[in-house]
Amino acid sequence: MTVLDTTTKNTAAAYSAFRPLLQGILPSTAAFLLALAAGAILIVFWGGNPVTAYAALADGAFGSWNSIAETLLRSIPLTFTGLAVAIAFRGGAFNVGAEGQLYIGGTAAAVVALWLPALPSYLLLPLMIAAAMGAGALWAGLAGMLKLRFGASELITTIMLTYVAIYLVSYLLRGPLQEAAGYLPQTDRLPSGARFASLITSTRLHMGFLVTLATVALTQFLLWRTVWGYRLRVTGINARAAMAAGMAVGGLSMSAFLTSGALAGLAGVMEVVGVQHRMIENLSPGFGYTGIIVALLGQTSPFGVLIAALLFAGLQVGATTMEAAAGVPATLTVIIQALVVLFLIGRPAIGQIARALRRS
Amino acid sequence: MTSFLSDPVVQGYLEASMRLAMPIMLAALGGILAERAGVLNIALDGTMLAGSFVGFVITYLTGNLWLGVIAGMLAGALVGAVLALYAVLIGSNQVVVGVAINLLIVGATSFLYRTIFGVGTAQPRVTSFAPLELTALSDIPLIGPLLFHQAPIVYLGLALVPIVWIAMTRTSFGWQVAAVGEHPEAAETLGISVMRTRFICLLISGLLAGLGGAFLSLSATGIFIDNMTAGRGYIALAILVLGRRHPLGVFVAAILFGAADALQLRGQNLDIGLPYQAFLMFPYILTILVLILFAGKARNPAALGIPFHRDRPK
Amino acid sequence: MPASSPMYLPTDQSPAPLELSGITVRFGSMVANDDISFSVRDGEVHALLGENGAGKSTLMRVVAGLLRPQSGEIRVDGKAVHLQSPLDATALGIGMVHQHFMLIPTLTVAQNVCLGLARAGRIFPNLRKVATELAELSRLYRLDIDPFARVGDLSVAGRQRVEIVKALYRGARILVLDEPTAVLAPQEVEGLFDVLRKLSAAGTAIVFISHKLQEVMAIADRVTVLRQGRSIASIDKRDTSVVELSRLMIGADIRLPTVDGKARPASAERLQVTGLSYRDDHSLRLDDISFTVHAGEIVGIAGVDGNGQHELAEAIVGLVQPQGGQIMLDGVDLSHASPGTRIENGLAHIPEDRHRTALVDLAIRDNAILEVSGHHPFSRYGLMRPAAADSFTRQLIDHYDVRCTGPAQKILTLSGGNQQKVVLGRALMRDPNLVVAVQPSRGLDIGATAFVHRQLLAQRERGAAVMLISAELDEVLALSDRILVLFKGRIVGDLSRAEVTVERLGRLMLGGDE
Repeated sequence: MTVLDTTTKNTAAAYSAFRPLLQGILPSTAAFLLALAAGAILIVFWGGNPVTAYAALADGAFGSWNSIAETLLRSIPLTFTGLAVAIAFRGGAFNVGAEGQLYIGGTAAAVVALWLPALPSYLLLPLMIAAAMGAGALWAGLAGMLKLRFGASELITTIMLTYVAIYLVSYLLRGPLQEAAGYLPQTDRLPSGARFASLITSTRLHMGFLVTLATVALTQFLLWRTVWGYRLRVTGINARAAMAAGMAVGGLSMSAFLTSGALAGLAGVMEVVGVQHRMIENLSPGFGYTGIIVALLGQTSPFGVLIAALLFAGLQVGATTMEAAAGVPATLTVIIQALVVLFLIGRPAIGQIARALRRS
Repeated sequence: MTSFLSDPVVQGYLEASMRLAMPIMLAALGGILAERAGVLNIALDGTMLAGSFVGFVITYLTGNLWLGVIAGMLAGALVGAVLALYAVLIGSNQVVVGVAINLLIVGATSFLYRTIFGVGTAQPRVTSFAPLELTALSDIPLIGPLLFHQAPIVYLGLALVPIVWIAMTRTSFGWQVAAVGEHPEAAETLGISVMRTRFICLLISGLLAGLGGAFLSLSATGIFIDNMTAGRGYIALAILVLGRRHPLGVFVAAILFGAADALQLRGQNLDIGLPYQAFLMFPYILTILVLILFAGKARNPAALGIPFHRDRPK
Repeated sequence: MPASSPMYLPTDQSPAPLELSGITVRFGSMVANDDISFSVRDGEVHALLGENGAGKSTLMRVVAGLLRPQSGEIRVDGKAVHLQSPLDATALGIGMVHQHFMLIPTLTVAQNVCLGLARAGRIFPNLRKVATELAELSRLYRLDIDPFARVGDLSVAGRQRVEIVKALYRGARILVLDEPTAVLAPQEVEGLFDVLRKLSAAGTAIVFISHKLQEVMAIADRVTVLRQGRSIASIDKRDTSVVELSRLMIGADIRLPTVDGKARPASAERLQVTGLSYRDDHSLRLDDISFTVHAGEIVGIAGVDGNGQHELAEAIVGLVQPQGGQIMLDGVDLSHASPGTRIENGLAHIPEDRHRTALVDLAIRDNAILEVSGHHPFSRYGLMRPAAADSFTRQLIDHYDVRCTGPAQKILTLSGGNQQKVVLGRALMRDPNLVVAVQPSRGLDIGATAFVHRQLLAQRERGAAVMLISAELDEVLALSDRILVLFKGRIVGDLSRAEVTVERLGRLMLGGDE
């Protein structure tokens, strides 16, 4: 064989190995770019200049080391909620209540810290994380139990439970858990043990980011290398076939809910420990809901979720700069995020429109 | 007994129950039509929100409440059309599309509100609907204030219940909807276009949910706030379960929720000893209870949630 | 064999009510119909004979207006027509009776019949008028129906009558029936033939699509044989025989294997079912069912679809929990065991709907290990071992001759027959104690069917107990040592191979006495 043959063969092999990845990345990227374009149109409608607006956005997202740190910081809760929704989806469940589970998780972690203020970091943090995961799992598990036992659609119950969670937390923060000073609906500042070490000094980025990366890798491993992950995926694709093949579908479905809730709870503790240093009433500006979009954009695959989370984190962080510099309301990012999903799932439309045009 | 019923507090409570029930009922009526045709309309919440927003804006700009209502309905129909594009034409996962549309509308209404009204301290208001009293009838105890001392939209909503019911059971269109939702393949062989029928149902669904949303901002409050629907569209989905996808059942179920909502508003002022958040939670917990009791017994249209594709070789 | 035979010259000169010439239908690279031609005369019963996969369903969909051919012509009364939709076909007088009924179970007969028609009233249809017209049709052709009955409550034969009446109400002069006898008991088939004879006597042209030779010979005037998408021959019934038709239909001498009739030595009971009762939300599906299956025995369960076969399989396999009764396999009480436990105890299930119950949209290898993922060698300490899954799948592909590109191929891209082979292979390679096979050859062509039958017989040879539930009487008759008949959830007959006749079975299937 000549060198040319070998090269061609290797290229072909490399292409076929990467093709699924490309097939996954390409539509997501296209959808993202289209959504940005739509956003530009909206900026014009609002009366602004898309170029300056997006320039400010980009600057805010990664124009400086601090910006990058902020973006990475914002990607932490988005990755966790994205993983939460993705895992639930893989198991055949729609967890749209990650927001509520996040709140419950964050509150549980804060309670642990306030209860054991003297503990050093290396003991307190794992306890807090465990509490957050457990509480989040419990809250999602509630919806899972309602589905398994009563056939109640988790789509509705997780949203209802989110409202219940938010009101419950509101009560706690204005009552039993309120700060000693008694003004704001928040807890006291958490003890010094409840701190992540800084990852990039002079920024807010903390070690929690490494935990995030580790969780992404762990989730990937669990889904694709373990028996549990295999069975979970099968259940999500065809629960009846899974059952007929002898899998404990009820338990697997429940484990999907529990894992999902635990991940959402982790998002909560990350915000409480890493950003707010206390539990507050408005801990999350909709991370749980953005997580749904992150999961979809990331094609419900852990590394995809990470990349999608980074993209949206950049959008959200940059948007505050955009609003400050160009005046465009930051809620534009919510629109862009939702449009990304709609363009992504609208892909087949292009083929269908083409076919319809061909027919006429 | 009659003195209790003519007590102004009780009358006010009954009147409020109906008023609060209306938006959810209208959205649920829309949901009935969509689900009977085999499409899960998860976007009810977003559709309502779109109706609230557009209705408010148009009323603010034109000073005419009814123009706002119509605009809100049309906005709802537009959302229905987008949902139809995805769910019917493309055949996407109906739940994913519904949730995405809801998120989009939350962001879009928030953005457009700021675009139109700016970020000021004064809250833009409109004068909401005044109740239309049918004087003689409104003096009947119990039913009077419940039914006859309401804003005009409520009368419209009440009239829609029997209209939807007759349309579903007596007209050929209603049967076509049933056919499309139960056995779309059979419907196609009979010459019924599954796509067209589902499209129409989603448009009507959007109109009704948009009407419900317009009612939210144009009756009682007269303002628009971000995410005004507060999950009502999802509660409407639960009402579909409770009311067995039947217009009358949905009507009764909606009244139940309206009563719970009214209770929650009044309970906050009463001194019962429960924190006010408990009252706020009440409608949501009630929804969960309803699902626990009734979800297992529901019988769904056979083709619900399954996208329909023609020309697929077996 | 020529691709299309010269058309039989009609004895009268009026144009044929329906004539197809050169119909070709392609799905991607697959040719479902290849240059097919045939014609039907008024008052003639014309059979389209061919086995599964020969292209009958596709051709039928072309005639129904559901599918447009890539080339070819359809002529109605001599005029070329272009059918864009089922409405066009109906307007031209073509009426379809589909194999899977196109009826809405939640609506009444009258509603179903006039659905989509403007004739009864555009907005508020007059059902009473429809009912009167239906009564007239019913009287003319002896089709016993109640216009106000809910279709979902009717029996299978009843629903078929509604399908026929629906076509007639819509003005069908050409009636096309797709495998109409697949869902009927033998006696009901006679009833259908009665109706068809009356219709053809009145001048209706009838196209009868089937793969059942005997029936075709009984009812048809002329036969067109389809094989692998081509029309092989169009012959008058009087000029041919079952043997010749069989040869034309199959093209080679594939004989389906059968159980040898030799008496077998008594063997141990492996499966013992006692007093099984199951009621779901609607009705009592299984009524005090008791039977046994011995080692090395195939027990066939016959019955018209809908008499409890589906529920019986699900109960044995563990997908539903009966309210009462006992299931023992090799002495182990499995009555309340989960499907997983039953699999552990040697139960193998070949479900009737592989897409719903057997396969997942993943690679072949993921499907091959579906039931054994927790076992050595496929996993260890909770971690999957892909190499073991791979080699097992290759073995399966080899032994069962699965046509595919390898274990990593997505299983849903395989043909139906190959998918079924994977389902069979993974179940049987475990050397099961009990095989529950439900409609195992449904939708498969003759080659794949023969393969499935050979595998079942091989299990019988091994000494496994085999339960065969099938609506194909021929299959049950060919393979079973004993035949049980299910009627309304009860076992109404237990016949050994020697005692069985089609007539006896038919009577039992309809609930008659022995």
